[in-house]
Amino acid sequence: MLVASLLIASFVIFAAVYLAPGNPIAALSGGRSLPPSSIAVLEHRYHLDQPFLAQYWYWLSDALHGNLGLSITLRENVSTLIAQRVWTTAGLVLYASLLICVIGIGLGLLSGLRPGRLDTSTLVVTAVSAAIPAFVAAIVLILVFAVQLGWFPALGNGTSLVDNIRHLTLPAVALAISSLAIVARVTRASVREEGEREHVQTAVSRGIPGRQLIQRHILRNAAIPITTVTGITIASLIAVAAVVETAFSLNGLGAYLVQAAESKDLAVVQGISLVLVTAFVVVNVVVDVLYAALDPRVTLGGNR
Amino acid sequence: MTVPEPAPGGMLLEVEGLTVRLTVEGARRPVLRDVSFAMRPGEALGLVGESGSGKSMTARAIDRLLPRGAEVEGKILFDGRPVGSQSGQSLRRYRSEVAMIFQDPRAHINPVRRIGDFMTEALRTTGGVPVREASRRAVDMLGQVGIEDGERRLHQYPHELSGGLLQRVMIATALLTKPRLLLADEPTTALDVTTQAEVMAILDELRREFGLAMLFITHDLELAAAICDRTAVMYAGQIVEIRSSALLHDDPLHPYTAALAAARPDVTQTAHRLHAIPGRPLSAFEAPADECAFAARCDWAQDACRAAAPPVAELDGGLSRCVRAYSLRGQLAVEPAREGTDA
Amino acid sequence: MTATGRLMAPVTARRGRSIGSVLRATGPAGMISVAVIVAATLAAIFGPLLAPFPPNLPNLSLAWVGPGGGHLLGFDYQGRDVFSRLLVGARSSMLGPLAVVAISVTAGSVLAIIAAWRRGPADAAIGAGLDILFAFPGILLAVLAAAVFGAGLTAAALALSIAYMPYVARVLRGAALKERSQPYVAALEVQGAKATVICLRHLIPNIAPLIVAQATILFGYAMVDLAAISFLGLGVQPPTANWGVMISENQTGIPQGYPLPALSAGLCIVAVVIAVNVLGERLFDQAQAVRR
Repeated sequence: MLVASLLIASFVIFAAVYLAPGNPIAALSGGRSLPPSSIAVLEHRYHLDQPFLAQYWYWLSDALHGNLGLSITLRENVSTLIAQRVWTTAGLVLYASLLICVIGIGLGLLSGLRPGRLDTSTLVVTAVSAAIPAFVAAIVLILVFAVQLGWFPALGNGTSLVDNIRHLTLPAVALAISSLAIVARVTRASVREEGEREHVQTAVSRGIPGRQLIQRHILRNAAIPITTVTGITIASLIAVAAVVETAFSLNGLGAYLVQAAESKDLAVVQGISLVLVTAFVVVNVVVDVLYAALDPRVTLGGNR
Repeated sequence: MTVPEPAPGGMLLEVEGLTVRLTVEGARRPVLRDVSFAMRPGEALGLVGESGSGKSMTARAIDRLLPRGAEVEGKILFDGRPVGSQSGQSLRRYRSEVAMIFQDPRAHINPVRRIGDFMTEALRTTGGVPVREASRRAVDMLGQVGIEDGERRLHQYPHELSGGLLQRVMIATALLTKPRLLLADEPTTALDVTTQAEVMAILDELRREFGLAMLFITHDLELAAAICDRTAVMYAGQIVEIRSSALLHDDPLHPYTAALAAARPDVTQTAHRLHAIPGRPLSAFEAPADECAFAARCDWAQDACRAAAPPVAELDGGLSRCVRAYSLRGQLAVEPAREGTDA
Repeated sequence: MTATGRLMAPVTARRGRSIGSVLRATGPAGMISVAVIVAATLAAIFGPLLAPFPPNLPNLSLAWVGPGGGHLLGFDYQGRDVFSRLLVGARSSMLGPLAVVAISVTAGSVLAIIAAWRRGPADAAIGAGLDILFAFPGILLAVLAAAVFGAGLTAAALALSIAYMPYVARVLRGAALKERSQPYVAALEVQGAKATVICLRHLIPNIAPLIVAQATILFGYAMVDLAAISFLGLGVQPPTANWGVMISENQTGIPQGYPLPALSAGLCIVAVVIAVNVLGERLFDQAQAVRR
């Protein structure tokens, strides 16, 4: 199921680029006109003389061996270029995920379990933050924390590990802010809903004390939708990271993907798309597995 | 099992003037109005009414399960002690003496935890009973409700059991804390007819064996009369009649009871058409406060019924909230039509 | 509800509700949101007429000059009036999401209803097809589309529509399945009504509130994603005015001390998205409440 998704996704990626208008030979030669013998050599080397499915097969098997082709603009191995940038993106996404889990779920739990002023202010704040796109958050954060307060650097990656983390903080916050709000709202709603359920009433009627009620009956059950939504939200970070990386001039995979798309460096586009889609699908599968683990009524691979 | 000592005065449960108001869509609305009744230890009292009559609310009020923000007036005394003022330790002890079983077992049992967890939870937390002993008692009690392979069942999840089995588990669980009062809120309504009969039989048998008092809530007058010593009928948030079950069908004291009994199709008779009660049942908050709530639908209504709220009349060992209770005495039972031959 | 009550299509009770009463039921927050959305729509339609100054006339000598002299929000990096550009930019900023929502909700609804009605193999096939689409996050598909077909609003909008379709279809399929198993549908089938008639005249009106609520919330997501793509340079191309593009164009002003152009464009986006989210949530609650 996971493999089938990935296979089909890779097929779509390859097909999309294959269908791109323009002559691949022209792209490879950089627009210069070549003698027919050179063209033949290029055609053979890049399997351009083969039927579509064969080309797909060559590309896929190369990819599985780690060979994603050459970048036209930089004339280096795509795989190398990806490896250089993958840690930036991974670090960014992980940092943001941490913020979402800790602050988002934490806030949601607090406001869900205790109605009152904290709850209403959380509702208002999350309603606003959920609507702030990552790039708008980015410019506001740069304005406030980098330019005016000077607490964090505005652009670039930083040098040492600690410096890296410093440089990644504002981007991670920008990336996390709207997702954090959504997760907080869903957490709060789930906790509230669970608290109203009949089985909680049964537990109350049997005199189960408050703390256990919350832990074993409310939170344990609410964990199911909370985990699912948090997982899906984190998966979506993978794509939005591109926007944040561009805004903060981080050299991550997303920013590079955008540059490659603009300059039509198709091998790079294919390669990075494949990596990102794989990551996205993997995270979604992990979410499905967690869901099945938490809810005994659901079996993996069962109908939705 | 011995019947526990009755409290001084003899009553296990006394409800006096219970009035409950809830906030529904911003407005304070009454759901129960001046409900009063009493139960002796070991007695089974049926509480019958249509939806909106307030029967579930009564049970919830007794079990302190009303929604947040509910306004409660009146007194509920259990064993002579007031229920409303209890909290903390004493409330938990009260909860172990009063057990409630609910209508839809699947919704009322936590789906992500095992049956064993569900059954032994109260014993382990408030009773301080160690796990192994609690499990042993649970398996024992499952045997009493007719589930033989209790050990295996304890490890299963609720979704692996049928509705009927789950209801038996619910009953077994309720009895584990050795309660003295059982509140049964339509325990068989969500089950199919054959399972209904089985569950009712188990409930009846265990109740007598353990000497429990039971408040049996249902919309089915015949069902309540079958297993309860006395039956109370509710309409629009009030009790309109309390009567010994044996006399309820043949000699009802209130027109509503008579209408309910007549409305049920009887397999043994041939009738022209069903006696339906015209109009629809009123909930407590729709009912007018200064006249008889049933007057608009009553075959026997007169001007006096609309002039003032009817007082409670005591006659023949029962109660009736009807102005004409004395004058209608003996006339309310409906004679079934005997036209035509049986098919 | 009595047994006969369940046989009558519930939509007869709902036909009486006018748009006005539905909107009024969303409360003060809902009404404010509607006002914001209406303002943005008016700007989208009449923007070029209302703009006080030409939005596309660069004048580098005026770059980054602050507000004053009728220029409410000052000038951008090319010396163009920011307020006018915001008004004119409303068109592409609102039109894009509208198209995305129209396409994905229509396509998603059709697929969902077919899947829910036919069930069996048709449902499985549609489900499998949508599962493939689930693997592609919206922005990624749009970037891919830009790489293949070149940057531009059309490619981006189409890519997003395709990426959103499975989410719409999943929600609506669930609702359609529930509706389909209602007794009144069986009653209609027994009476001999044709499938398309039942779907069009009974099923769709009954899940319509849910569709509208979904569409509203989706508009917010589409707006954010499209603005992001334009921000990346892969959507609407300069010099066309667009809120997302304006943020990226005027980004350099922030470290230099001229945050107003970029911030005001950002504020427009955020305001509309909040309004749409609030309205959508309230419509969703209403849709759920009626179903009970």
